[in-house]
Amino acid sequence: MSQPVELQLRYFASVREAVGTGAESWTSQAATVAGLRDELIARGGAWAQSLARCRAVRVAVDQVLQQDESAALRPGAEIAFFPPVTGG
Amino acid sequence: MGTQSVRSHVSIQAGDFDLSAEVTALRAGDGGVGAVCSFVGTVRDHGGQGSVSAMELEHYPGMTEKAIEAMIAAAFERFDIRGARVIHRIGLLQPQEQIVLVAVSSAHRGESFKACEFLMDYLKTQAPFWKKESTPGGAHWVDARVSDDEALARWDAMPPRS
Repeated sequence: MSQPVELQLRYFASVREAVGTGAESWTSQAATVAGLRDELIARGGAWAQSLARCRAVRVAVDQVLQQDESAALRPGAEIAFFPPVTGG
Repeated sequence: MGTQSVRSHVSIQAGDFDLSAEVTALRAGDGGVGAVCSFVGTVRDHGGQGSVSAMELEHYPGMTEKAIEAMIAAAFERFDIRGARVIHRIGLLQPQEQIVLVAVSSAHRGESFKACEFLMDYLKTQAPFWKKESTPGGAHWVDARVSDDEALARWDAMPPRS
């Protein structure tokens, strides 16, 4: 198990509505974004549903969109979860 | 990014914009501009789930601006353009209201046509905005379209100019 890291989590659009908050602090034991997502899914309920692996959820680390979830977690990082974007 | 400084402007705003004023600002002081291509997106009164009475736009403050700046930098690398302006509105909008502007200036028309479409394709798929439609059946989030990802893939398949 890795050292715990303190993260700032952000949620947008349908994910924000489902989990009932736009932002929270979270102490993670995970080493990567993928591990963090698994931790959040393990909370159950709306977390398990809206972040489920079958869902097309996008992840940004420090406001940069990630192509995959292999990025390492850095203390203080801002990790955002949201559905595919629909602007324009 | 080239050696010239990038002439770009990005605004995420609740208020409306004036196309003519934006194009004027884009061209101001640049005698090398021979072409301006602009795209304006508007709110439709119909969506996938019937008539739309209003559209609510959410974004990710900070990331949205950064993402669009990065798209503009990529456009400057790919195309021979002189300036770019992007405006995207947020908050509650009514059908027929303007929602997005992309305007690009260049010496000759071809580059600004291409860069304008490139920027819109990236904006639709990579900029963190989300739309929520109000319909008679209730409000719902708009799903991303596969055709938007396909539009983006065209550019990925094209090598940037050297």
